[in-house]
Amino acid sequence: MTTLLVEPSAVSPTRRVLLGALRSREIAVLSVLLALIVLTTVKSPAFVFSGNGWRDLLLTPSILMLLAVGQTVVIVTRNVDLSVGSTLGLSAYLTGRLFADNPGIPIVVVVLAGTAFGAVLGFVNGVLVAWGRVPALVITLGTLYVYRGIFLTWAGSDRVNASDLPAAFLDLGTRSVVGIPVLTIVAVAVLAVVGYYLHTARGGRELYAIGSDPDAATLYGLKVSRRVLGAFVLSGALAGLAGVVYAARYGTVSSNAGLGIELQAVGAAVIGGVAIFGGSGTVWGAAIGAFLLITINRALPIVGIGDFWQRAVVGVLIIGAIVLDRVLAARNERRLVEARDRS
Amino acid sequence: MSAMLSRPTAERPAGPTYADHSRPLWRRALVSREFAVIALLAVVFAWSQGNVDNFDGPLTLYYLFLDTAPILLIALPLTMIIITGEIDLSVASVVGLASVAMGVLHQDLGLSIPLAALLAIGLGAVAGAFNGLLVAYVGLPSLAVTIGTLALYRGLAVGLLGTTAVTEFPERWTDLAKARIVDGSPYPVILIPFLVLLVGFVLLLHFSPFGRGVYEIGQNAEAARFTGVNVARTKFWLFVLAGAISAFAGVYYTLRYGSARGDNATGLELQVIAAVLLGGVSIFGGRGALHGVVAGVLLIGVVSSAMRLENHTANVISIVIGVLLVLSVISTRLLAWVSALVSRGPGGRPPLRIGRRRAAVGTNGTSTTGTTTTSTTER
Repeated sequence: MTTLLVEPSAVSPTRRVLLGALRSREIAVLSVLLALIVLTTVKSPAFVFSGNGWRDLLLTPSILMLLAVGQTVVIVTRNVDLSVGSTLGLSAYLTGRLFADNPGIPIVVVVLAGTAFGAVLGFVNGVLVAWGRVPALVITLGTLYVYRGIFLTWAGSDRVNASDLPAAFLDLGTRSVVGIPVLTIVAVAVLAVVGYYLHTARGGRELYAIGSDPDAATLYGLKVSRRVLGAFVLSGALAGLAGVVYAARYGTVSSNAGLGIELQAVGAAVIGGVAIFGGSGTVWGAAIGAFLLITINRALPIVGIGDFWQRAVVGVLIIGAIVLDRVLAARNERRLVEARDRS
Repeated sequence: MSAMLSRPTAERPAGPTYADHSRPLWRRALVSREFAVIALLAVVFAWSQGNVDNFDGPLTLYYLFLDTAPILLIALPLTMIIITGEIDLSVASVVGLASVAMGVLHQDLGLSIPLAALLAIGLGAVAGAFNGLLVAYVGLPSLAVTIGTLALYRGLAVGLLGTTAVTEFPERWTDLAKARIVDGSPYPVILIPFLVLLVGFVLLLHFSPFGRGVYEIGQNAEAARFTGVNVARTKFWLFVLAGAISAFAGVYYTLRYGSARGDNATGLELQVIAAVLLGGVSIFGGRGALHGVVAGVLLIGVVSSAMRLENHTANVISIVIGVLLVLSVISTRLLAWVSALVSRGPGGRPPLRIGRRRAAVGTNGTSTTGTTTTSTTER
């Protein structure tokens, strides 16, 4: 008779799934989000039930969702990408320029160009981090300045106006399919693909392994540098896509596009349960975190809290999220130790 | 007992030697990251004196010090925090919070400027203590905590004042913030508290048991705990210091521009961190020195004021600062690579594998071990 290294759980599968769902961070953040939406709607039904309210509710978070998904992939490998805000700005401006300088250029080409451009910027980050073996925080802080500087030099005092963009492109920013805005569908589709990849694909699981213990991952034979490089390219590409979305959503791109949004993206990931030191967390959580952050910003004035207090509430949420993580982790550890001592 | 102590010295030739400390002091002082930054600063400064119009004018240095003073001040405690391996992203928000607190206390409660400033600094210390509590005693990652308090403190600052600004400050005090130590000299008065703090921080970091503990925590927190360093308390007080000094910088910022606004000094945290890292402090902790950091801050200041005089816009300046930052961290890797090339000698010996390189170093005892060990510990 062979002894198993890990005994199968004695709990029945349905109960296990149910308990897992109850303990999951994603469900917790989602219920906070739903509670917030319900409360605000009770106060002001237009928040959800008017045409504009419904559209804004779904549309506004899509940019931050894209960034948070990319950021999660990077944070899971125990790195961080602070340059996404500058990448978003550059790519949004590129989008505007492409339309303004080449009348009649197909929209698909521009979307691909913006995404590819973001990927190139992410590739630069990735090469510096993976090859230079220096912390991502420092490198992406440096490229944050460099990319922003390139953006400002390129744009100068010029800015992209809605009149430079073709009507069909601007229409993308407002159009809905069966009540759901197109840009939100794009963001959710990206979320689904990346989430599926991280959850099941070998490459995705290797990212978690690298984040849990980079040295062990190297010893195990994983291609750490290549995977980390890939994570940065993906984060850059999603920031580039977010730039295109930004241009479509707002119609104007001025020099402060995406300024300071990188910390919001990290904050969304942290709220969504992504551990800042890598190895755990899901893009679903990060996306819900992004949704929550944006919705709070829009809901506070309606609930009667001055919108100047938004950032304070966001700060409290981030700190609350990590303290909660800590408490849960400590409780879990204690339970495991007890279980070990009993056996 | 003495026999036990003497044994390692007897065995030393057989084991690995620490080349880093077998070199003479002048060499250790000159061949270092810090000295490279100082040399670069001197070169840039000398070049600007000769080639940039008006750089040698009386106003250049004055405004350089006036503008970099908040960064210089905050860099002192932040250096120590980064040496312990932690980080504080909330410093600029504390600057804004202190600025608003001072404006509100002065305008709405009618407190005198010194009293309002003191209370604002106290508030900064409390803000720092909150960071320190969460990081040191609750054990949360400082990056996540201070991203949270970055939003929280900025939110409090903006929430208190909204879009309004307090600009009613007595001229006596706003003039003091811009005054020069001696009339006509390029040194503003703010340099006096900075120099006092600098001396204090140099003594604290480089010449006190507390400072040795700071390095030890950065190298290995667990080992530091076993050698009797109170890790949690050290980190806690460093965050309190960072909060108080950021608030002092906030008071200065308010008086210098004569306005207390919630969005004062937004984004300053990244500038301070860039300057500290440029000055040779390792983001992983355990390495760095204050003379390098001060040179790093001044280097960014000199580069930006020289470029501004040459009519470059802020955009180009931020590109240069970013490139400098990236190069400064990549340079360690480049230097290790170059010195590995050099150590092969002009004879063009075949490339050595790591195991063999160590053996080769043992025989001729050059400085290569120093560089290779530092580069491996840095990873």
